[in-house]
Amino acid sequence: MFAYHFMVNAFRAGTIVAIVAGVAGWFMVLRRETFAGHTLALVGFPGAAGAVWLGISATWGYFGFCTASALLIAALPRSARGARAEESSAIGIVQAFALAAGFLFVSLYRGYLNGVNALLFGSFLGITDAQVLVLLLVAVGALAALGVIGRPLLFASVDPDIADARGVPVRLLSVAFLVLLGLTVAEVSQITGTLLVFALLVMPAATGQVVSARPVRSLAITVGVALAVTWAALVVAYYSPYPIGFWVTTFAFAVYVGALGARRVRRRRAVMVVA
Amino acid sequence: MIAAAGGIAHMFGHPFIRNAFVGGTGIGAAAGLVGYFVVLRSQVFAGDALSHVAFTGALAALAIGLDARVGLFVTTIAIGAGMALLDRRAHPDDVVIGSVFAWVLGLGVLFLSLYTTSRSTGNGAAGINVLFGSIFGLGASASRVAAMVGAAVVVAIVAIGRPLLFASVDPDVAAARGVPVRLLGIAFLALVGATAAEATQAVGALLLLGLLAAPAGAAQRLTTRPYRAMWLSVVLAVVAVWAGLTLSYLAPRVPPSAAIVAVATAVYLASVALGSRPRSRAAAGAAPAG
Repeated sequence: MFAYHFMVNAFRAGTIVAIVAGVAGWFMVLRRETFAGHTLALVGFPGAAGAVWLGISATWGYFGFCTASALLIAALPRSARGARAEESSAIGIVQAFALAAGFLFVSLYRGYLNGVNALLFGSFLGITDAQVLVLLLVAVGALAALGVIGRPLLFASVDPDIADARGVPVRLLSVAFLVLLGLTVAEVSQITGTLLVFALLVMPAATGQVVSARPVRSLAITVGVALAVTWAALVVAYYSPYPIGFWVTTFAFAVYVGALGARRVRRRRAVMVVA
Repeated sequence: MIAAAGGIAHMFGHPFIRNAFVGGTGIGAAAGLVGYFVVLRSQVFAGDALSHVAFTGALAALAIGLDARVGLFVTTIAIGAGMALLDRRAHPDDVVIGSVFAWVLGLGVLFLSLYTTSRSTGNGAAGINVLFGSIFGLGASASRVAAMVGAAVVVAIVAIGRPLLFASVDPDVAAARGVPVRLLGIAFLALVGATAAEATQAVGALLLLGLLAAPAGAAQRLTTRPYRAMWLSVVLAVVAVWAGLTLSYLAPRVPPSAAIVAVATAVYLASVALGSRPRSRAAAGAAPAG
Protein backbone atom coordinates (compact mmCIF):
# COMPACT_ATOMS: atom_id res chain seq x y z
CA MET A 1 0.00 0.00 0.00
CA PHE A 2 2.77 2.42 0.91
CA ALA A 3 4.56 1.62 -2.32
CA TYR A 4 2.17 4.06 -3.97
CA HIS A 5 3.13 7.68 -3.53
CA PHE A 6 -0.51 8.82 -3.52
CA MET A 7 -1.22 6.62 -0.50
CA VAL A 8 1.80 8.02 1.34
CA ASN A 9 0.53 11.51 0.63
CA ALA A 10 -2.98 10.51 1.67
CA PHE A 11 -1.63 9.30 5.02
CA ARG A 12 0.46 12.44 5.48
CA ALA A 13 -2.48 14.70 4.70
CA GLY A 14 -4.87 12.59 6.77
CA THR A 15 -2.58 12.71 9.81
CA ILE A 16 -2.15 16.50 9.61
CA VAL A 17 -5.86 17.05 9.14
CA ALA A 18 -6.86 14.66 11.94
CA ILE A 19 -4.66 16.42 14.51
CA VAL A 20 -5.88 19.93 13.66
CA ALA A 21 -9.49 18.75 13.40
CA GLY A 22 -9.24 17.06 16.77
CA VAL A 23 -7.90 20.12 18.60
CA ALA A 24 -10.11 22.74 16.93
CA GLY A 25 -13.13 20.45 17.07
CA TRP A 26 -12.62 19.94 20.79
CA PHE A 27 -12.91 23.66 21.43
CA MET A 28 -15.81 23.91 18.98
CA VAL A 29 -17.87 21.26 20.77
CA LEU A 30 -16.98 22.83 24.12
CA ARG A 31 -18.16 26.24 22.87
CA ARG A 32 -21.30 24.74 21.29
CA GLU A 33 -20.44 26.26 17.92
CA THR A 34 -21.07 23.13 15.89
CA PHE A 35 -23.64 24.85 13.71
CA ALA A 36 -21.18 27.61 12.86
CA GLY A 37 -18.52 25.00 12.07
CA HIS A 38 -20.92 23.23 9.77
CA THR A 39 -21.71 26.46 7.98
CA LEU A 40 -18.02 27.24 7.50
CA ALA A 41 -17.62 23.81 5.96
CA LEU A 42 -20.46 24.33 3.52
CA VAL A 43 -19.07 27.73 2.52
CA GLY A 44 -15.95 25.91 1.45
CA PHE A 45 -17.93 24.30 -1.36
CA PRO A 46 -18.65 27.50 -3.39
CA GLY A 47 -15.10 28.56 -2.57
CA ALA A 48 -13.62 25.46 -4.11
CA ALA A 49 -16.15 25.28 -6.97
CA GLY A 50 -15.62 28.97 -7.77
CA ALA A 51 -11.86 28.55 -7.71
CA VAL A 52 -12.07 25.59 -10.08
CA TRP A 53 -14.39 27.58 -12.36
CA LEU A 54 -11.89 30.46 -12.45
CA GLY A 55 -9.02 28.05 -12.99
CA ILE A 56 -7.33 28.56 -9.60
CA SER A 57 -6.37 25.72 -7.28
CA ALA A 58 -9.31 24.59 -5.13
CA THR A 59 -7.07 24.91 -2.04
CA TRP A 60 -7.10 28.69 -2.29
CA GLY A 61 -10.85 28.69 -2.71
CA TYR A 62 -11.27 26.66 0.48
CA PHE A 63 -8.98 28.83 2.59
CA GLY A 64 -10.21 32.13 1.20
CA PHE A 65 -13.91 31.45 1.54
CA CYS A 66 -13.72 29.70 4.90
CA THR A 67 -11.67 32.48 6.50
CA ALA A 68 -13.83 35.23 5.02
CA SER A 69 -17.04 33.60 6.18
CA ALA A 70 -15.57 33.04 9.65
CA LEU A 71 -15.02 36.80 9.89
CA LEU A 72 -18.55 37.36 8.59
CA ILE A 73 -20.11 35.07 11.20
CA ALA A 74 -18.00 36.73 13.89
CA ALA A 75 -19.26 40.13 12.72
CA LEU A 76 -22.91 39.12 13.02
CA PRO A 77 -24.37 40.97 15.97
CA ARG A 78 -24.92 38.66 18.88
CA SER A 79 -27.29 39.77 21.58
CA ALA A 80 -27.48 38.09 24.93
CA ARG A 81 -30.81 36.31 25.06
CA GLY A 82 -33.70 35.48 22.76
CA ALA A 83 -31.52 35.94 19.70
CA ARG A 84 -30.68 32.29 19.28
CA ALA A 85 -33.53 31.54 16.89
CA GLU A 86 -32.75 34.58 14.82
CA GLU A 87 -29.07 33.74 14.71
CA SER A 88 -29.47 30.13 13.68
CA SER A 89 -31.97 30.98 10.96
CA ALA A 90 -29.48 33.54 9.62
CA ILE A 91 -26.73 30.92 9.64
CA GLY A 92 -29.06 28.47 7.91
CA ILE A 93 -29.80 30.98 5.18
CA VAL A 94 -26.09 31.67 4.70
CA GLN A 95 -25.54 27.91 4.37
CA ALA A 96 -28.22 27.33 1.78
CA PHE A 97 -27.13 30.36 -0.19
CA ALA A 98 -23.50 29.22 -0.12
CA LEU A 99 -24.46 25.81 -1.45
CA ALA A 100 -26.65 27.39 -4.14
CA ALA A 101 -23.75 29.58 -5.21
CA GLY A 102 -21.49 26.54 -5.31
CA PHE A 103 -23.97 24.69 -7.48
CA LEU A 104 -24.19 27.71 -9.78
CA PHE A 105 -20.38 27.77 -10.15
CA VAL A 106 -20.34 24.05 -10.88
CA SER A 107 -22.98 24.41 -13.59
CA LEU A 108 -21.17 27.42 -15.04
CA TYR A 109 -17.96 25.41 -15.12
CA ARG A 110 -19.67 22.43 -16.72
CA GLY A 111 -16.94 20.16 -15.46
CA TYR A 112 -17.39 16.48 -15.17
CA LEU A 113 -19.79 15.39 -12.45
CA ASN A 114 -17.30 13.39 -10.40
CA GLY A 115 -15.65 16.67 -9.51
CA VAL A 116 -18.77 17.70 -7.60
CA ASN A 117 -18.84 14.45 -5.68
CA ALA A 118 -15.18 14.84 -4.74
CA LEU A 119 -15.78 18.39 -3.50
CA LEU A 120 -18.80 17.33 -1.48
CA PHE A 121 -17.76 13.92 -0.21
CA GLY A 122 -14.00 14.05 -0.27
CA SER A 123 -11.30 12.11 -1.97
CA PHE A 124 -7.92 10.89 -0.84
CA LEU A 125 -6.64 10.32 -4.33
CA GLY A 126 -4.36 12.70 -6.12
CA ILE A 127 -3.09 14.75 -3.18
CA THR A 128 0.12 16.38 -4.35
CA ASP A 129 3.29 17.06 -2.37
CA ALA A 130 2.61 20.78 -2.64
CA GLN A 131 -0.85 20.32 -1.13
CA VAL A 132 0.60 18.34 1.76
CA LEU A 133 3.07 21.16 2.39
CA VAL A 134 0.30 23.79 2.41
CA LEU A 135 -1.77 21.63 4.76
CA LEU A 136 1.22 21.22 7.06
CA LEU A 137 2.07 24.94 7.17
CA VAL A 138 -1.52 25.99 7.86
CA ALA A 139 -1.90 23.24 10.45
CA VAL A 140 1.26 24.25 12.32
CA GLY A 141 0.14 27.89 12.26
CA ALA A 142 -3.35 27.05 13.51
CA LEU A 143 -2.06 24.77 16.25
CA ALA A 144 0.48 27.34 17.39
CA ALA A 145 -2.22 29.99 17.55
CA LEU A 146 -4.52 27.66 19.46
CA GLY A 147 -1.65 26.87 21.82
CA VAL A 148 -1.14 30.56 22.53
CA ILE A 149 -4.82 31.37 23.13
CA GLY A 150 -5.65 27.92 24.54
CA ARG A 151 -5.84 28.75 28.27
CA PRO A 152 -7.82 32.00 28.06
CA LEU A 153 -10.01 30.44 25.35
CA LEU A 154 -10.81 27.50 27.63
CA PHE A 155 -11.67 29.93 30.43
CA ALA A 156 -13.80 32.08 28.12
CA SER A 157 -15.56 29.01 26.70
CA VAL A 158 -16.45 27.46 30.04
CA ASP A 159 -17.61 30.62 31.78
CA PRO A 160 -17.69 33.71 29.55
CA ASP A 161 -19.15 36.03 32.19
CA ILE A 162 -16.53 35.40 34.85
CA ALA A 163 -13.76 35.41 32.22
CA ASP A 164 -15.02 38.78 31.03
CA ALA A 165 -15.04 40.11 34.59
CA ARG A 166 -11.46 38.90 35.05
CA GLY A 167 -10.38 40.96 32.05
CA VAL A 168 -10.13 38.15 29.47
CA PRO A 169 -10.89 39.60 26.00
CA VAL A 170 -13.84 37.24 25.41
CA ARG A 171 -15.07 38.87 22.23
CA LEU A 172 -11.64 39.00 20.62
CA LEU A 173 -11.01 35.38 21.53
CA SER A 174 -14.26 34.30 19.95
CA VAL A 175 -13.39 36.08 16.69
CA ALA A 176 -9.89 34.58 16.70
CA PHE A 177 -11.30 31.13 17.36
CA LEU A 178 -13.81 31.39 14.52
CA VAL A 179 -11.02 32.32 12.09
CA LEU A 180 -8.94 29.37 13.31
CA LEU A 181 -12.00 27.16 12.94
CA GLY A 182 -12.41 28.43 9.38
CA LEU A 183 -8.82 27.49 8.57
CA THR A 184 -9.26 24.06 10.14
CA VAL A 185 -12.48 23.40 8.29
CA ALA A 186 -10.80 24.38 5.03
CA GLU A 187 -8.09 21.79 5.76
CA VAL A 188 -10.50 19.05 6.71
CA SER A 189 -12.75 19.69 3.68
CA GLN A 190 -9.96 18.75 1.33
CA ILE A 191 -9.89 15.21 2.73
CA THR A 192 -13.46 14.50 3.83
CA GLY A 193 -15.29 16.83 1.46
CA THR A 194 -17.46 19.74 2.55
CA LEU A 195 -20.38 17.63 3.66
CA LEU A 196 -18.51 15.21 5.89
CA VAL A 197 -16.31 17.64 7.83
CA PHE A 198 -18.38 16.82 10.89
CA ALA A 199 -16.97 13.30 10.95
CA LEU A 200 -13.52 14.53 11.97
CA LEU A 201 -14.49 17.81 13.61
CA VAL A 202 -17.38 16.87 15.89
CA MET A 203 -17.45 13.15 16.52
CA PRO A 204 -13.93 12.65 17.96
CA ALA A 205 -14.39 15.75 20.12
CA ALA A 206 -17.78 14.58 21.33
CA THR A 207 -16.24 11.19 22.13
CA GLY A 208 -13.38 12.78 24.06
CA GLN A 209 -15.74 14.88 26.13
CA VAL A 210 -17.95 11.88 26.86
CA VAL A 211 -15.00 9.78 28.04
CA SER A 212 -13.29 12.34 30.25
CA ALA A 213 -14.24 15.63 31.84
CA ARG A 214 -10.62 16.71 32.35
CA PRO A 215 -9.55 19.12 29.60
CA VAL A 216 -6.08 17.76 28.82
CA ARG A 217 -7.08 14.12 28.93
CA SER A 218 -10.20 14.55 26.79
CA LEU A 219 -8.22 16.65 24.30
CA ALA A 220 -5.66 13.83 24.00
CA ILE A 221 -8.43 11.27 23.54
CA THR A 222 -10.02 13.47 20.87
CA VAL A 223 -6.83 13.69 18.83
CA GLY A 224 -6.21 9.98 19.28
CA VAL A 225 -9.69 9.08 18.06
CA ALA A 226 -9.41 11.42 15.08
CA LEU A 227 -6.08 9.87 14.07
CA ALA A 228 -7.27 6.30 14.53
CA VAL A 229 -10.44 6.93 12.55
CA THR A 230 -8.58 8.59 9.68
CA TRP A 231 -5.94 5.90 9.42
CA ALA A 232 -8.45 3.07 9.65
CA ALA A 233 -10.65 4.72 7.02
CA LEU A 234 -7.71 5.20 4.65
CA VAL A 235 -6.67 1.56 4.96
CA VAL A 236 -10.19 0.21 4.51
CA ALA A 237 -10.99 2.58 1.66
CA TYR A 238 -7.82 1.44 -0.09
CA TYR A 239 -8.90 -2.20 0.00
CA SER A 240 -12.67 -1.73 -0.52
CA PRO A 241 -14.65 -0.31 -3.44
CA TYR A 242 -16.57 2.15 -1.26
CA PRO A 243 -15.70 5.83 -0.81
CA ILE A 244 -13.59 7.13 2.06
CA GLY A 245 -16.36 9.48 3.24
CA PHE A 246 -18.48 6.52 4.19
CA TRP A 247 -15.69 4.84 6.18
CA VAL A 248 -14.60 7.98 8.04
CA THR A 249 -18.13 8.79 9.17
CA THR A 250 -18.94 5.18 10.04
CA PHE A 251 -15.83 4.61 12.16
CA ALA A 252 -16.17 7.96 13.92
CA PHE A 253 -19.83 7.35 14.64
CA ALA A 254 -19.14 3.82 15.91
CA VAL A 255 -16.54 5.16 18.35
CA TYR A 256 -18.93 7.88 19.54
CA VAL A 257 -21.80 5.45 20.08
CA GLY A 258 -19.40 3.07 21.83
CA ALA A 259 -18.28 5.85 24.18
CA LEU A 260 -21.89 6.78 24.96
CA GLY A 261 -22.72 3.13 25.67
CA ALA A 262 -19.67 2.71 27.92
CA ARG A 263 -20.65 5.80 29.89
CA ARG A 264 -24.17 4.48 30.39
CA VAL A 265 -22.85 1.12 31.65
CA ARG A 266 -20.41 2.87 33.99
CA ARG A 267 -23.12 5.14 35.38
CA ARG A 268 -25.45 2.22 35.97
CA ARG A 269 -22.68 0.43 37.83
CA ALA A 270 -21.97 3.54 39.89
CA VAL A 271 -25.65 3.77 40.78
CA MET A 272 -25.66 0.12 41.84
CA VAL A 273 -22.59 0.61 44.03
CA VAL A 274 -24.21 3.61 45.69
CA ALA A 275 -27.43 1.69 46.23
CA MET B 1 -36.94 44.00 -21.46
CA ILE B 2 -39.37 43.28 -24.30
CA ALA B 3 -37.58 40.03 -24.97
CA ALA B 4 -37.92 39.13 -21.31
CA ALA B 5 -41.67 39.93 -21.34
CA GLY B 6 -42.10 37.85 -24.48
CA GLY B 7 -40.12 35.05 -22.87
CA ILE B 8 -42.40 35.05 -19.84
CA ALA B 9 -45.50 35.01 -22.08
CA HIS B 10 -44.17 31.93 -23.86
CA MET B 11 -42.94 30.33 -20.70
CA PHE B 12 -46.20 28.60 -19.82
CA GLY B 13 -46.34 27.04 -23.26
CA HIS B 14 -43.83 24.47 -22.04
CA PRO B 15 -45.38 21.58 -20.10
CA PHE B 16 -42.24 21.17 -17.95
CA ILE B 17 -42.58 24.80 -16.77
CA ARG B 18 -46.27 24.32 -15.99
CA ASN B 19 -45.46 21.17 -14.01
CA ALA B 20 -42.68 22.95 -12.17
CA PHE B 21 -45.05 25.79 -11.22
CA VAL B 22 -47.81 23.41 -10.07
CA GLY B 23 -45.46 21.33 -7.94
CA GLY B 24 -43.38 24.30 -6.84
CA THR B 25 -46.40 26.16 -5.49
CA GLY B 26 -47.34 23.26 -3.20
CA ILE B 27 -43.74 22.79 -2.13
CA GLY B 28 -43.23 26.50 -1.48
CA ALA B 29 -46.43 26.82 0.55
CA ALA B 30 -45.56 23.82 2.75
CA ALA B 31 -41.97 24.97 3.24
CA GLY B 32 -43.03 28.52 4.11
CA LEU B 33 -45.59 27.43 6.71
CA VAL B 34 -43.48 24.70 8.30
CA GLY B 35 -40.42 26.96 8.12
CA TYR B 36 -42.21 29.58 10.22
CA PHE B 37 -42.52 27.12 13.10
CA VAL B 38 -39.02 25.74 12.53
CA VAL B 39 -37.56 29.22 13.02
CA LEU B 40 -39.91 30.00 15.90
CA ARG B 41 -38.94 26.81 17.72
CA SER B 42 -35.19 27.24 16.98
CA GLN B 43 -35.13 23.93 15.16
CA VAL B 44 -33.27 25.10 12.07
CA PHE B 45 -30.52 22.66 12.90
CA ALA B 46 -33.01 19.77 13.01
CA GLY B 47 -34.35 20.85 9.61
CA ASP B 48 -30.79 20.79 8.35
CA ALA B 49 -30.31 17.27 9.70
CA LEU B 50 -33.49 16.10 7.99
CA SER B 51 -32.25 17.45 4.68
CA HIS B 52 -29.23 15.15 4.93
CA VAL B 53 -31.49 12.26 5.82
CA ALA B 54 -33.50 13.04 2.70
CA PHE B 55 -30.39 12.60 0.58
CA THR B 56 -29.62 9.20 2.05
CA GLY B 57 -33.24 8.05 1.91
CA ALA B 58 -33.62 8.91 -1.74
CA LEU B 59 -30.37 7.22 -2.72
CA ALA B 60 -31.10 4.15 -0.59
CA ALA B 61 -34.42 3.76 -2.41
CA LEU B 62 -32.68 4.17 -5.76
CA ALA B 63 -29.97 1.67 -4.78
CA ILE B 64 -32.52 -1.05 -3.99
CA GLY B 65 -34.58 -0.17 -7.05
CA LEU B 66 -37.52 1.79 -5.63
CA ASP B 67 -38.89 5.21 -6.54
CA ALA B 68 -36.73 7.88 -4.89
CA ARG B 69 -39.85 9.52 -3.43
CA VAL B 70 -40.72 6.41 -1.41
CA GLY B 71 -37.32 6.54 0.25
CA LEU B 72 -37.58 10.29 0.75
CA PHE B 73 -40.88 10.33 2.60
CA VAL B 74 -40.38 7.15 4.63
CA THR B 75 -36.94 8.08 5.94
CA THR B 76 -37.50 11.79 6.63
CA ILE B 77 -40.80 11.27 8.47
CA ALA B 78 -39.44 8.30 10.44
CA ILE B 79 -36.19 10.07 11.38
CA GLY B 80 -38.02 13.32 12.18
CA ALA B 81 -40.38 11.58 14.58
CA GLY B 82 -37.51 9.46 15.91
CA MET B 83 -35.35 12.50 16.68
CA ALA B 84 -38.22 14.00 18.64
CA LEU B 85 -38.80 10.73 20.52
CA LEU B 86 -35.14 10.34 21.50
CA ASP B 87 -35.07 13.57 23.41
CA ARG B 88 -37.19 14.04 26.49
CA ARG B 89 -38.37 17.50 25.62
CA ALA B 90 -38.31 16.85 21.89
CA HIS B 91 -35.44 19.29 21.43
CA PRO B 92 -32.43 17.15 20.51
CA ASP B 93 -28.91 18.32 21.35
CA ASP B 94 -26.77 19.90 18.61
CA VAL B 95 -23.85 17.51 18.99
CA VAL B 96 -26.11 14.46 18.85
CA ILE B 97 -27.89 15.71 15.74
CA GLY B 98 -24.59 16.67 14.15
CA SER B 99 -23.03 13.27 14.74
CA VAL B 100 -26.07 11.36 13.55
CA PHE B 101 -26.46 13.34 10.38
CA ALA B 102 -22.78 13.20 9.46
CA TRP B 103 -23.03 9.43 9.65
CA VAL B 104 -26.29 9.42 7.71
CA LEU B 105 -24.60 11.42 4.96
CA GLY B 106 -21.75 8.93 4.95
CA LEU B 107 -24.32 6.19 4.41
CA GLY B 108 -25.76 8.26 1.58
CA VAL B 109 -22.35 8.29 -0.07
CA LEU B 110 -22.24 4.52 0.25
CA PHE B 111 -25.66 4.19 -1.41
CA LEU B 112 -24.60 6.61 -4.11
CA SER B 113 -21.59 4.49 -4.96
CA LEU B 114 -23.68 1.30 -4.78
CA TYR B 115 -26.26 2.84 -7.10
CA THR B 116 -23.79 4.19 -9.62
CA THR B 117 -21.62 1.09 -9.77
CA SER B 118 -24.00 -1.85 -9.45
CA ARG B 119 -27.02 -0.78 -11.49
CA SER B 120 -26.79 -0.51 -15.20
CA THR B 121 -29.52 2.14 -15.18
CA GLY B 122 -27.74 4.18 -12.53
CA ASN B 123 -25.86 7.28 -13.51
CA GLY B 124 -23.67 9.75 -11.73
CA ALA B 125 -26.24 12.52 -12.12
CA ALA B 126 -28.63 10.84 -9.65
CA GLY B 127 -26.64 12.06 -6.68
CA ILE B 128 -26.48 15.59 -8.05
CA ASN B 129 -30.23 15.59 -8.73
CA VAL B 130 -31.03 14.55 -5.17
CA LEU B 131 -28.55 17.02 -3.69
CA PHE B 132 -29.52 20.02 -5.79
CA GLY B 133 -33.00 19.16 -7.02
CA SER B 134 -34.41 18.85 -10.50
CA ILE B 135 -37.73 20.68 -10.47
CA PHE B 136 -37.78 20.98 -14.27
CA GLY B 137 -37.67 17.19 -14.37
CA LEU B 138 -41.01 16.79 -12.56
CA GLY B 139 -43.54 14.93 -14.68
CA ALA B 140 -47.24 15.83 -14.78
CA SER B 141 -48.28 13.22 -12.21
CA ALA B 142 -45.25 13.86 -9.99
CA SER B 143 -46.01 17.57 -9.89
CA ARG B 144 -49.67 16.92 -9.01
CA VAL B 145 -48.59 14.60 -6.19
CA ALA B 146 -46.12 17.24 -4.96
CA ALA B 147 -48.87 19.90 -4.98
CA MET B 148 -51.28 17.63 -3.10
CA VAL B 149 -48.72 16.61 -0.48
CA GLY B 150 -47.88 20.28 -0.02
CA ALA B 151 -51.56 21.08 0.49
CA ALA B 152 -51.89 18.21 2.97
CA VAL B 153 -48.93 19.50 5.00
CA VAL B 154 -50.46 22.98 5.06
CA VAL B 155 -53.83 21.58 6.23
CA ALA B 156 -52.13 19.50 8.95
CA ILE B 157 -50.17 22.51 10.24
CA VAL B 158 -53.28 24.68 10.22
CA ALA B 159 -55.12 21.97 12.16
CA ILE B 160 -52.52 21.86 14.96
CA GLY B 161 -51.54 25.51 14.48
CA ARG B 162 -53.01 27.09 17.61
CA PRO B 163 -51.74 24.59 20.21
CA LEU B 164 -48.43 24.31 18.33
CA LEU B 165 -47.97 28.07 18.48
CA PHE B 166 -48.73 28.05 22.20
CA ALA B 167 -46.38 25.12 22.82
CA SER B 168 -43.62 26.76 20.77
CA VAL B 169 -43.78 30.17 22.45
CA ASP B 170 -44.06 28.95 26.03
CA PRO B 171 -43.79 25.16 26.42
CA ASP B 172 -43.97 25.17 30.22
CA VAL B 173 -47.16 27.21 30.49
CA ALA B 174 -48.67 25.25 27.59
CA ALA B 175 -47.90 21.96 29.34
CA ALA B 176 -49.44 23.28 32.55
CA ARG B 177 -52.59 24.20 30.62
CA GLY B 178 -52.89 20.62 29.37
CA VAL B 179 -51.51 21.11 25.86
CA PRO B 180 -49.79 17.86 24.75
CA VAL B 181 -46.42 19.57 24.17
CA ARG B 182 -44.43 16.40 23.62
CA LEU B 183 -46.93 14.91 21.18
CA LEU B 184 -47.03 18.18 19.26
CA GLY B 185 -43.23 18.22 19.09
CA ILE B 186 -43.21 14.73 17.58
CA ALA B 187 -46.02 15.48 15.11
CA PHE B 188 -44.31 18.70 14.11
CA LEU B 189 -40.93 17.10 13.40
CA ALA B 190 -42.72 14.41 11.36
CA LEU B 191 -44.33 17.22 9.33
CA VAL B 192 -40.91 18.87 8.92
CA GLY B 193 -39.74 15.52 7.59
CA ALA B 194 -42.57 15.40 5.05
CA THR B 195 -41.78 18.97 3.99
CA ALA B 196 -38.09 18.13 3.65
CA ALA B 197 -38.99 15.22 1.37
CA GLU B 198 -41.22 17.56 -0.67
CA ALA B 199 -38.66 20.29 -0.95
CA THR B 200 -35.90 17.85 -1.92
CA GLN B 201 -37.71 17.30 -5.21
CA ALA B 202 -37.71 21.01 -5.95
CA VAL B 203 -34.51 22.50 -4.60
CA GLY B 204 -32.62 19.39 -3.53
CA ALA B 205 -31.54 18.08 -0.16
CA LEU B 206 -28.74 20.59 0.26
CA LEU B 207 -30.72 23.72 -0.53
CA LEU B 208 -34.03 23.03 1.18
CA LEU B 209 -32.84 24.80 4.30
CA GLY B 210 -32.92 28.04 2.32
CA LEU B 211 -36.57 27.50 1.45
CA LEU B 212 -37.39 26.60 5.07
CA ALA B 213 -35.45 29.32 6.85
CA ALA B 214 -35.25 32.36 4.55
CA PRO B 215 -38.97 33.17 3.96
CA ALA B 216 -39.78 32.42 7.60
CA GLY B 217 -36.89 34.53 8.85
CA ALA B 218 -37.96 37.38 6.58
CA ALA B 219 -41.59 37.16 7.74
CA GLN B 220 -40.55 37.28 11.39
CA ARG B 221 -38.46 40.34 10.69
CA LEU B 222 -41.34 42.14 8.97
CA THR B 223 -44.09 41.53 11.51
CA THR B 224 -44.31 40.41 15.12
CA ARG B 225 -47.89 39.11 14.91
CA PRO B 226 -47.76 35.33 14.66
CA TYR B 227 -50.61 34.65 12.23
CA ARG B 228 -49.66 37.47 9.92
CA ALA B 229 -46.03 36.28 9.92
CA MET B 230 -47.15 32.72 9.23
CA TRP B 231 -49.05 33.61 6.08
CA LEU B 232 -46.46 36.16 5.00
CA SER B 233 -43.88 33.37 5.20
CA VAL B 234 -46.05 31.19 2.93
CA VAL B 235 -46.48 34.01 0.41
CA LEU B 236 -42.77 34.82 0.39
CA ALA B 237 -41.82 31.18 -0.11
CA VAL B 238 -44.23 30.71 -3.01
CA VAL B 239 -43.07 33.98 -4.59
CA ALA B 240 -39.45 32.87 -4.21
CA VAL B 241 -40.24 29.61 -6.01
CA TRP B 242 -42.08 31.39 -8.84
CA ALA B 243 -39.42 34.07 -9.26
CA GLY B 244 -36.64 31.49 -9.14
CA LEU B 245 -38.31 29.35 -11.81
CA THR B 246 -38.83 32.38 -14.04
CA LEU B 247 -35.25 33.52 -13.54
CA SER B 248 -33.91 30.10 -14.40
CA TYR B 249 -36.12 29.96 -17.49
CA LEU B 250 -34.80 33.31 -18.70
CA ALA B 251 -31.17 32.47 -17.92
CA PRO B 252 -30.81 28.75 -18.66
CA ARG B 253 -27.26 28.51 -17.29
CA VAL B 254 -28.62 29.26 -13.82
CA PRO B 255 -30.02 26.08 -12.24
CA PRO B 256 -33.59 26.53 -10.91
CA SER B 257 -32.76 25.45 -7.36
CA ALA B 258 -29.90 27.94 -7.10
CA ALA B 259 -32.18 30.68 -8.46
CA ILE B 260 -34.95 29.86 -5.96
CA VAL B 261 -32.58 29.95 -3.01
CA ALA B 262 -30.94 33.13 -4.30
CA VAL B 263 -34.34 34.86 -4.50
CA ALA B 264 -35.27 33.62 -1.03
CA THR B 265 -31.98 34.93 0.34
CA ALA B 266 -32.52 38.28 -1.38
CA VAL B 267 -35.99 38.49 0.21
CA TYR B 268 -34.44 37.86 3.61
CA LEU B 269 -31.77 40.52 3.09
CA ALA B 270 -34.43 42.98 1.97
CA SER B 271 -36.44 42.23 5.10
CA VAL B 272 -33.37 42.86 7.25
CA ALA B 273 -33.03 46.28 5.64
CA LEU B 274 -36.77 47.07 5.84
CA GLY B 275 -37.72 45.45 9.11
CA SER B 276 -35.14 46.85 11.47
CA ARG B 277 -37.31 49.76 12.67
CA PRO B 278 -40.46 47.94 13.78
CA ARG B 279 -38.23 45.35 15.42
CA SER B 280 -36.32 47.83 17.51
CA ARG B 281 -39.59 49.52 18.45
CA ALA B 282 -40.99 46.18 19.59
CA ALA B 283 -37.82 45.50 21.56
CA ALA B 284 -38.07 48.93 23.20
CA GLY B 285 -41.69 48.19 24.12
CA ALA B 286 -40.81 44.81 25.56
CA ALA B 287 -37.82 46.01 27.55
CA PRO B 288 -39.65 47.54 30.56
CA ALA B 289 -41.88 44.47 30.88
CA GLY B 290 -38.93 42.04 30.78
